[in-house]
Amino acid sequence: MTSTTDAATGRPTARPVLQVGDRVFVNLTRGAGVLLLVVLAGVAVFLIAEAVPALIAPSDELPGGLTLIAYIAPLVFGTILSAAIALVVATPLGVGVALFISHYAPLRIAQPLAYLVDLLAAVPSIVYGLWGAAVLGPASVGLATWLNEWFGWLPFFAGPVSATGRTMLVAGLVLAVMILPIITAVSREVFRQTPKLHEEAALALGATRWEMIRMAVLPFGRSGVISGAMLGLGRALGETMAVAIVLSVSGGVTLNLISSGNPSTIAANIALQFPESSGLAVNTLIASGLVLFVITLLVNAAARAIVNRRREFSGAN
Amino acid sequence: MKNQRHVARARAAAVGVAAGVLLAGCGAANESVPAGGAAPSAGGTALSGTISGAGASSQQAAMQAWIAGFTGSNPDATVNYDPAGSGAGRTQFLSGGVAFAGSDAYLKVDELTEAQRRCGGDVVEVPAYVSPIAVVYNLQGVTDLQLSPATVAGIFLGKITEWNAPEIAADNPGKTLPDQAVIPVHRSDDSGTTQNFTDYLNKAAPDIWTAKATGTWPVQGGEAAQGTSGVIGAVQGGNGTVGYADESQAGSLGKALIKVGDAYTGPTAEAAANVLAESTRVEGRGDSSFAFDLNRTTTAAGTYPIVLVSYQIACSKYPDAAQAALVKGFLTYTTSADGQQAAAKAAGSAPLSDELRTQITPAVTGITAGA
Amino acid sequence: MSTGIGNARREADTELATGPLPSITSPVRPLPDGSPWGILGTTAVVVGGGTLLLGHGVGLAVTLTAVVYAAAMYGVARVVEGPRKAMDRLVTILVTAAFLVALAPLVSVVATVVANGVARFDVEFFTYSMRGVVGAGGGAYHAVLGTLIITAIAAVLSIPVGLLTAVYLVEYGRGKLGRAITFFVDVMTGVPSIVAGLFAFALFALFFGPGVRMGFMGSVALCVLMIPVVVRSTEELLKIVPNELREAAYALGVPKWRTITKVVIPTSVAGIASGVTLAIARVVGETAPLLIAVGITTGVNLNPFDGRMATLPVFSYYSYVAPGVPREPFLDRAWTAALVLIILVMALNLLARLVARAFAPKTN
Repeated sequence: MTSTTDAATGRPTARPVLQVGDRVFVNLTRGAGVLLLVVLAGVAVFLIAEAVPALIAPSDELPGGLTLIAYIAPLVFGTILSAAIALVVATPLGVGVALFISHYAPLRIAQPLAYLVDLLAAVPSIVYGLWGAAVLGPASVGLATWLNEWFGWLPFFAGPVSATGRTMLVAGLVLAVMILPIITAVSREVFRQTPKLHEEAALALGATRWEMIRMAVLPFGRSGVISGAMLGLGRALGETMAVAIVLSVSGGVTLNLISSGNPSTIAANIALQFPESSGLAVNTLIASGLVLFVITLLVNAAARAIVNRRREFSGAN
Repeated sequence: MKNQRHVARARAAAVGVAAGVLLAGCGAANESVPAGGAAPSAGGTALSGTISGAGASSQQAAMQAWIAGFTGSNPDATVNYDPAGSGAGRTQFLSGGVAFAGSDAYLKVDELTEAQRRCGGDVVEVPAYVSPIAVVYNLQGVTDLQLSPATVAGIFLGKITEWNAPEIAADNPGKTLPDQAVIPVHRSDDSGTTQNFTDYLNKAAPDIWTAKATGTWPVQGGEAAQGTSGVIGAVQGGNGTVGYADESQAGSLGKALIKVGDAYTGPTAEAAANVLAESTRVEGRGDSSFAFDLNRTTTAAGTYPIVLVSYQIACSKYPDAAQAALVKGFLTYTTSADGQQAAAKAAGSAPLSDELRTQITPAVTGITAGA
Repeated sequence: MSTGIGNARREADTELATGPLPSITSPVRPLPDGSPWGILGTTAVVVGGGTLLLGHGVGLAVTLTAVVYAAAMYGVARVVEGPRKAMDRLVTILVTAAFLVALAPLVSVVATVVANGVARFDVEFFTYSMRGVVGAGGGAYHAVLGTLIITAIAAVLSIPVGLLTAVYLVEYGRGKLGRAITFFVDVMTGVPSIVAGLFAFALFALFFGPGVRMGFMGSVALCVLMIPVVVRSTEELLKIVPNELREAAYALGVPKWRTITKVVIPTSVAGIASGVTLAIARVVGETAPLLIAVGITTGVNLNPFDGRMATLPVFSYYSYVAPGVPREPFLDRAWTAALVLIILVMALNLLARLVARAFAPKTN
């Protein structure tokens, strides 16, 4: 009945019959989209309006007497650095976990395993913060000392090693753990939808399981993996409480990942400074939030570009 | 593909569960009985209604005790407090969002004018929560560490890097200090504690600590942690660590004795409360404003100058009579002897001296209704 | 193929999951069945035990064992079975290792929360509010209800909007509107949560004045955070529903909207449910926006349109950030609140799976 060739020959699909139901449905979905657009545009307008006073104010009135750029630049650096660590660690791991659940684990236990990983998403961010500061941080000191000893010539591990382990490396790892379930969940669902015909064809041609995955599953799931990674990245960029609690933010721009002097991140900085801020300081913080927006946008645009180049693999093209 | 079409009819009945919200008739087990343990409110008659305040998180623990005590004797009254931060509290108060605010600093001049406009008259501004800030340290084998202001400044600037540095040794004659790195820990969030601590350093050791008083930590380096709990956690977690935090939260950590005059004084409640007596009231803010510029360089024996004074800010009159009565009743309670004792017990704060309370009581009891 | 895809799929699944690979893939004699376990055991004893004996930590021992095992398996398989099978075995080990590595923080986090939270996991915690409570005792009954109400409203608002938007993007939206929506959804995935709270507050303050605090406002703030997640994950899953299914439905004369609701969505419903659960999990533990929009109160408030409500994350946060004297009862309450929050999301997750199963197409 159905096979890939049918789709190819049936290309000029007959338009389905237009009904009242169809028209209602189209408008319903479009309405939802427009509503969403209005809400999100509202957020953007709010942010811009609140950020403007900081953009036009003279720099000596801003917090710390710095220019807006000098104030935000280290935060941008910290944000990108921590999110990059998280993404670099979590993406391969997430894809691995997703593959394990979708293609390696025995069918019977795959569901419970998936459930377990989803549990990671259930942990509130403040708990990740407390866990990072109380458990992961101290546990990382040994690793950091080792890295410093052997790889101290790399700027990342130059030291001095933090005694409490509340470092950029640990903050990145905590973020990685936080975004892992997001990447895993999306990748897993996409991998699971790989057309069985492709998989079987690969196996029938004598491919090993890994070759089958490389040839059939990964190309099919690429868009989903990227999408999951972007969702995860969004969370990592915008994560507030966990970073605020874990990271020791007492330094400027540095690549050093294992010392106690680290740049803050935009979101964490807002959380740390906002409660005691008033007036122009609040505008400055919101302006930094606006910058985070732009970063997210650029990253997502890049991801979209990559996904679209590979569009031929998606089902609904 | 036939299968897909059969699905259409296969409907699950169990979906409604998701919508089931189990909210029928549920009050908390403790809410019908008034929690006792507090003195009756000033007027003797029970008040009712709801007021909300917002502001300093330093007052949160004390505020819980105050709210419990106040609503204990006024069971129909509800007082809410958002410990959203001093800045947020002041902003909300100025915009009329809350009836009263808690703040670790008194209103700035422009804020005061705005507050007077909001209130249509005088602003009530009274110290309600006084707490010593301890210099806490985690250093094995060293008890009763003594520090002079200059040494504290040097440590937190990162200039004194070893525990056996000559400056620390000079403050601690006869003690053996370990050859260990000093790891200073400071607050990473904007806070009244940092504001007061840096103000102290700036006033008491002006040669070494040149940065002005500020709520955000002004120098780079050292370890940073969020909130009092974070600082305590970091100091506990490291070795050779030293930080500053609300004395009541120090737990088992060592608390340094600070040099005042010629003697070394520990962060006790009495010593902290004594500072207010040594400080000058800021003039020209109206009769009901009791703002103090704290005397950090006092040499009087038995005073501990690193203190946090947190204010309660309200209007001297409210258009709504019920609101006026509630604010008046609540603030009267918080600044009463009972209220101060309740806070001392629940939050480890330093009760205001009777002398000071006599001065500020008229300002609080003078809160009235009227446009 | 025409004999029924269902059966073919099933066979493929079991084959992939458990069975040995088809024999044609291994021209050389395969390793005996138990040999990976044998090698693993040997490595664990020799390398892991050795590391431990030398006085190093468990973490190092496990890591070294894993590395040596992977190398050994690859080496042995390469000699005995050839490079392709060896690669396959290596990847199997890597994928399994990835899973175990992912489990480690989960176990650690859950253990930490349970160990700290179990102290106050008692009846009083679930029946008492904090009204009139000073120091020890009290509970989070009010916060549990607050979280349920606020999250439920957020979910009820976000899920339909998110789902329909995703449907629009995948099935209809090719024009400017579609691109605009995609653009904003992308941007919104990176909104710091506190900004969502500020936005909701600014919006409501416009209408109700600056003193406004209500549970509904918190729900709106959570919606801002939740909708993008729902849209992105749903969109991704709708996209990969094979076009053949749609075309088959059209060919039978089924109108497009029924094709979507009866074929496209059910096909991906398990994944959608998973995405929705993720979205709920994302917001249910949110602290910062609720701090601003909903505030905190000590008593029970069941009306989401009037006044402050307590929520579990905020309750937990304030208990941790501003404890009284002594600290312990406050910290205990904070951890227990976090534990309750996790259990809550677990239950939601389970519920979502049941719902998904009820809607999913039967494969046979």
